[in-house]
Amino acid sequence: MREYYDDRIVALSARLVTPFIQLFALYVIFHGHYSPGGGFQGGAMLAASFLLIRLSIGTDAAQYQFRRAWGTPGSSIGTLVFLGTGFIAAFLGFNFLDYAGLPLGLPEPELRNIGILAVEVGVAIAVTATLTAIYDDLVGERLEPLTAGIDEATDLAEADQVDGSGWDAPEPADG
Amino acid sequence: MRRLVLVVLLAFAALLLYGIGHLPERGAADAPPNLAQSAAGSPNAATYYVENAYIDAETPNMVTVTLADYRGFDTLGETTVIFAAGIACALILRRAKR
Repeated sequence: MREYYDDRIVALSARLVTPFIQLFALYVIFHGHYSPGGGFQGGAMLAASFLLIRLSIGTDAAQYQFRRAWGTPGSSIGTLVFLGTGFIAAFLGFNFLDYAGLPLGLPEPELRNIGILAVEVGVAIAVTATLTAIYDDLVGERLEPLTAGIDEATDLAEADQVDGSGWDAPEPADG
Repeated sequence: MRRLVLVVLLAFAALLLYGIGHLPERGAADAPPNLAQSAAGSPNAATYYVENAYIDAETPNMVTVTLADYRGFDTLGETTVIFAAGIACALILRRAKR
């Protein structure tokens, strides 16, 4: 799992596609009130966009997008958003997870609407962070500092200019 | 042994197919899940959800309302399962820093 080919076509394609995947994931999360979708599906798509970048350019460079250290805190925060929404109502004298108890001063149906949205966002954060964290745990710790791949690419480019032999498929970054 | 497994699987498949043949039509009004009252005479939850999802939560998607509001505790459990899976992977797979 640690080997990846530093392929420019794959990297560029992933870079172009990722924003659209993320936009559609946010649409699925926030449009769950009106169409099929919701926190689980949208969170999985958001995690898929992060994993696409990780697979195409490697986990080290993908740290600029979603850090390895954010995985476990993110899943905790998402679950706590869900729990917190329930406990706010519980502490104000309503049932646990009864969104009519949220202290926002709106009529009850709109409170429920907002409560559902808060819960879906919590689920989405938890799913996104957990799936990314599981991938990172499976791949393992980083092997080399971030600049190593960049140096290698620079060396390759310079070698191309010197001998003029054109671009060859590089070796796996670490083997 | 392999032949016995095959026989058991085929018998089970025949049982399931027999059961499928006796399912009510999709969306049939007289099917037990779609009745306003259950066989025991208590009000049916699904009918209440379908009729009152928009009135209660002003959300057109009644699946979302059922999932996050009426059955919010179940969804909380699902999220906790995902969280527990992530924690388990971290505990088993993550290596300590040197």
